[in-house]
Amino acid sequence: MKRTLIILLRNPLSLLGVLLVLMVIVLAVFADFIAPFPDHKGAVVDFVYFNQAPSDRNLMGTDLVGRDLFSRIIYAYRISLMLGVVVLVISVPIGVLAGLFAGYRGGKTEFVLMRLTDVFLSIPPLVLAIAMMGVLEPTLLNAMLAVTAMWWPWYARLVYNVARSEREEGYVLAAEVIGASQWHICFREILPNCLPAVITKMTLDMGFVIIIASSLSFLGLGVQPPTPDLGSMVAEGARYLPDSWWLTVFPGLAILVAVFGFNLIGDALREILGAEQ
Amino acid sequence: MSAVVQLLLRRLGISLIVLVGVSMLVFGIARIIPGDPARIALGPNATVEQIAKLRSSMHLDESIVVQYGHFIKDLSRGDLGMSLYTNRPVTLDIAEFLPATLELVIVAGLLMIGIGLPLGRWSARYRGRLADHVIRLVSLLGVSAPSFVWAVILMLLFAFFLPLFPIAGRISDTYTIERVTGFLLVDTLWAGNFQAFSNALWHIVLPAFALALSGIGQAARLTRANMIETYDKPYIEMAQAYGFSGRRIANRFAFKPSLIPSLTIIGLDFAAMLGNAFLVEAVFAWPGLSRYGVAVILRKDLNAIIGTVLIISATFLLVNLIVDLLIAFLNPRIRHSQRQTS
Repeated sequence: MKRTLIILLRNPLSLLGVLLVLMVIVLAVFADFIAPFPDHKGAVVDFVYFNQAPSDRNLMGTDLVGRDLFSRIIYAYRISLMLGVVVLVISVPIGVLAGLFAGYRGGKTEFVLMRLTDVFLSIPPLVLAIAMMGVLEPTLLNAMLAVTAMWWPWYARLVYNVARSEREEGYVLAAEVIGASQWHICFREILPNCLPAVITKMTLDMGFVIIIASSLSFLGLGVQPPTPDLGSMVAEGARYLPDSWWLTVFPGLAILVAVFGFNLIGDALREILGAEQ
Repeated sequence: MSAVVQLLLRRLGISLIVLVGVSMLVFGIARIIPGDPARIALGPNATVEQIAKLRSSMHLDESIVVQYGHFIKDLSRGDLGMSLYTNRPVTLDIAEFLPATLELVIVAGLLMIGIGLPLGRWSARYRGRLADHVIRLVSLLGVSAPSFVWAVILMLLFAFFLPLFPIAGRISDTYTIERVTGFLLVDTLWAGNFQAFSNALWHIVLPAFALALSGIGQAARLTRANMIETYDKPYIEMAQAYGFSGRRIANRFAFKPSLIPSLTIIGLDFAAMLGNAFLVEAVFAWPGLSRYGVAVILRKDLNAIIGTVLIISATFLLVNLIVDLLIAFLNPRIRHSQRQTS
């Protein structure tokens, strides 16, 4: 753990990733103190300063009703991060459990669980979420639900692959011989060997969840205004290209920066944890 | 029976099972909708009798299992029901809008393969050098933003600031092309109108690139990773000892075996593109399935939602089937194995 951290901080690229992610987290957590106009996260109207290009007063310009874009982006980060964490916290355990049992037990359990994941995986990720949001009301909670529903199968397949190959290993057989319970073998013997892959994927997925969630709200199917969201900000601004370019460019870059940070860390983790195995 | 045919049949069987599962899932999602679909369809001014009539014609009064049975029966006749939004059969709507989306996705897929794989090969061959670092960074950037962000950025750079490409649409209004396949790049050639063809090609460049960028990055990263693993194998060292050129080793000995694992993921990326096309189409006003899809979703047009998702999933399963066959064909271990299992 400590060694991983040291390697992570020594490589300039992964260090950049750590710094970017830290920056995003700090902005999101301390939004109330950092944002120059904290009340602009809501439905505020300021027609004196509407649609202003970036200036000293508004670092990233203002939107069509005069709200400070920088403040809104910071608050949007808060929602994106929260969504990412909630989705992963719910979907990872579900996927890991399904994958573990399918991989270790085999037989009917394997057939049913893995065909079920196949079904979920054969609907393009965004389309499943779009369809779910179509029948549900577009709220933050439902967006989390829709993204979670499409996320767990990836972990099921990942863990399944590891578990299936570990099942044949000597140490599992040894545990079986001395009469260890299925629970013990699944959670104490096989699961630890899946963790590096799961943790790496979780880091990369923080970025992907942000991408998918912003895509949903870009289509008007996610978080609703006036709540600030990076996707809906881009969608709104795209109508005013190219003159009011800041309306789209800054929220778009904000997504890029956050996801790029998580991807840099995820990439480095994959190399470090993969090499350890 | 050759191993490839056997594999094809097995895959076809699994795909069918999965497709049935998808239809159940989509049908289930469409039926958990809060509120009465018939009332939503008819609007607030409908009378009780009208609603009751539509309810019985949509089989809404029966159990969900019976409803699903009716749905499958209609589906087997190629009937997906009426769209409440366009008042036409859903199949007709989809036939109209799907080709434009597929055209976009196919061109983007070609870009992904044509650019992503060579980039990855280059990166692996010059591992640790400047070219490698640049390609890695660029491909990581490519996967780090949703396609609508790339669409907006590309549009701003290459349609507004440098007006090289058109801003929106599939083809200029001045051309009227008879619809044969719905694929404009095919139809224009069919009509022998090369000016219209180049015009359509010009229109598709930016949307296809915006859609392909993350796929290109993904393909390059994957190819690099697989090739580097292959480079560590003893037979590469042997080839080096024999004095084959670095280029020959890269192409012949390292790239080809790395292609097989990459192809699976490329199939999955193609699926992602079918979804992401929704985003790119919205930015470039591309008249594909997206506008229809979003419109029917906002109007809670159940038949159309089910139909759209089902068609996209079927397309995706078909692509994966083709990818699996391609792998079987490329992999000599599968191609030459006769009757492993009876």
